[in-house]
Amino acid sequence: MSIAATQNRGFGATLWDYLTTVDHKKIGNMYIAAGAFFFLIGGLEALIIRIQLIKPENDFITAGLYNEMITMHGTTMIFFAATPILIGFMNAIMPLQIGARDVAFPFLNALGFWLFLFGGILLNLSWIFGGAPDAGWTSYAPLSLQSPGHGVDFYVMGLQLSGAGTLMGGINFIVTIVTMRAPGMTYMRMPLFSWTTFVTSILILFAFPALTVGLFLLMFDRMFGSAFFDVALGGNAIIWQHLFWIFGHPEVYILILPAFGIFSEIIPAFSKKRLFGYTSMVFATFLIAFLGFMVWAHHMFTVGLGPVANAIFAVATMAIAVPTGIKIFNWLATMWGGSITINSAMLWALAFIPSFTIGGMTGVMLGAASADYQYHDTYFVVAHFHYVIVGGVVFGIFAATHYWYPKLFGRILNEGMGKLAFWLFFIGFHLTFFIQHFLGLMGMPRRYWVFLEGQGLDTGNLISTLGAFLMGLGTIVVLINVIYTAVKGEKAPADPWDARTLEWSIPSPPPEYNFKKLPLVRGLDPLWIEKTEGKGKMTAAEPAVDIHMPNGSIFPFIMTIGFFIASLGFIFQVDNHLWLLAVYFGMALALGTMLARSLKDDHGHHIHKEELEREAD
Amino acid sequence: MNNDNMNIDKINSFQKQQNKEEMKKQIITFVLMIAFTVVAFAVVASGLEAIYAVPLILILAVVQVGFQFYYFMHMKDEGHEVPSSLIFGGIWVAVLTILTMTTIIWW
Repeated sequence: MSIAATQNRGFGATLWDYLTTVDHKKIGNMYIAAGAFFFLIGGLEALIIRIQLIKPENDFITAGLYNEMITMHGTTMIFFAATPILIGFMNAIMPLQIGARDVAFPFLNALGFWLFLFGGILLNLSWIFGGAPDAGWTSYAPLSLQSPGHGVDFYVMGLQLSGAGTLMGGINFIVTIVTMRAPGMTYMRMPLFSWTTFVTSILILFAFPALTVGLFLLMFDRMFGSAFFDVALGGNAIIWQHLFWIFGHPEVYILILPAFGIFSEIIPAFSKKRLFGYTSMVFATFLIAFLGFMVWAHHMFTVGLGPVANAIFAVATMAIAVPTGIKIFNWLATMWGGSITINSAMLWALAFIPSFTIGGMTGVMLGAASADYQYHDTYFVVAHFHYVIVGGVVFGIFAATHYWYPKLFGRILNEGMGKLAFWLFFIGFHLTFFIQHFLGLMGMPRRYWVFLEGQGLDTGNLISTLGAFLMGLGTIVVLINVIYTAVKGEKAPADPWDARTLEWSIPSPPPEYNFKKLPLVRGLDPLWIEKTEGKGKMTAAEPAVDIHMPNGSIFPFIMTIGFFIASLGFIFQVDNHLWLLAVYFGMALALGTMLARSLKDDHGHHIHKEELEREAD
Repeated sequence: MNNDNMNIDKINSFQKQQNKEEMKKQIITFVLMIAFTVVAFAVVASGLEAIYAVPLILILAVVQVGFQFYYFMHMKDEGHEVPSSLIFGGIWVAVLTILTMTTIIWW
């Protein structure tokens, strides 16, 4: 396969290339693109929610549709927008940062992506097949058991599919980081984004099985007449809440830790200083992950666990503020005395620090179990988690988009539009959510379809809705920026930001084999070390050798189609047993493809060193 | 050439010694595991009260799992630090989950 694909290829060939690719960079880009698509859908749902709440007793949408909107907004944003976009960045960037040529299991990587995408498509198909899920993104039993129609069934199967994909991604990243670091890249020389990828993957590995189990139980309760959560038949509805939050709380760290990693790359790069307290940053990441598994019951303070359990979980929750605080101070100290460049990526990073700190502070307030009885299920909670997830994760995603766009796509995003989008989104974000703290304290409950006039809630909700539209405008500007850049953006050099880590030592976008010769890493911020010592580029750790590359394969796509058909069969066999045929056919297709994959020896191919040498350096 | 051969012989004899040691350990643990299983069955067959029998069987089970991991799956060997820390992390999460379930849901 020639690496110099200079001639334009037809649409069909490009499509086939993407359907069969096992290249971590292409898969990463597809994760980001698909995640961005779902982000727009989730954003539209958010705008519809805010339009409904623009004035008292509004009737823009019906109560049932409102329930579907809030459920789909939460589910889409968490599972199909934030998680996949971050996994996309991990996929595309982490192997470059540790000096690897691909992830450890390229085939599994492709399978993970397709499972996520078709999980998301399945969930959104519910809109046209008789109604979306409407039991909230947490889908608490017994409400989720009572919900009529197939909405919650789509939720169960969609999340099950994409959850399997995420789990595969997590395992893949762990193995990649343990086994495929470049010569000299010890653990304590890894860039922070690679570290947070590693820790996040461990969280995925331990947290997602709890969701899988919970979803299986819910699936059997809804589709096959079991009674795990049915109190009337001796079940226990609280088990769902525990299983969901044993997964759900680590999930929020799965979202925020990569964002922390992103800021830990951007802030040193644009402050021209090494990250302050690197070791403590790694330690704090681990501590957050460790404590993150011991706090799930703080979502359930009002369930009635008793004062002892509440107290234990309250203390553990507040303890998380300590490692997070370490990180905040380290970022501030990194900037202290640095030569700071303020561009779009850095603006998002700068805005993140106070925004996230506000969210963290309300988190500690909510963590105080006795006070939580007052805040529980009010807009105070809504304000809190949007401050941490938008102010932390979404800001992180936007920052990463501006920072790594040249590396991923070979072009630099327009700075003017980048800054405009930032200010629109930033002001809109605080307008939307800051006032919601006070709406919550005044007693406005979350998830309610309407609120009454004359209770002091009118102005606050109007401001909140206006802010949401500003955020929407900001997002549109980012979209225009992406299109504009694709058409007439300036070509990016290998290292447009004068940055510090390995991914900037190779061309933008990188060739499919990433590193012509694996680099020799001599310390933290390897590229920066070479720059300060006057060399400016990495020393090779090996002579030119043939590079072994995996072959592309359509099997992951076919397997996913099989599981997708089987999922539809599971959902509709409740109405008509003929749909069981779809289950059998889909499973046969998926398992048959697995068998074919196992029996067929595919040793990949080599890019010969002569071919590499012909390319200019 | 001759020199090389001698070196290889030396390495081989060292390797043989190592393998012999390894085999001895494997057999000892294997015998112990069978013995533990027999003891576990014997405890139940002897009609010992449940309050003694259950913890005893659980302890035997845990030791067996340890043998399995450390001897048969080579976790005791060098270069297994990451897998072991991940396994212990997983055990920690599982223990926490079961502990919470038993104390605050079912107690």
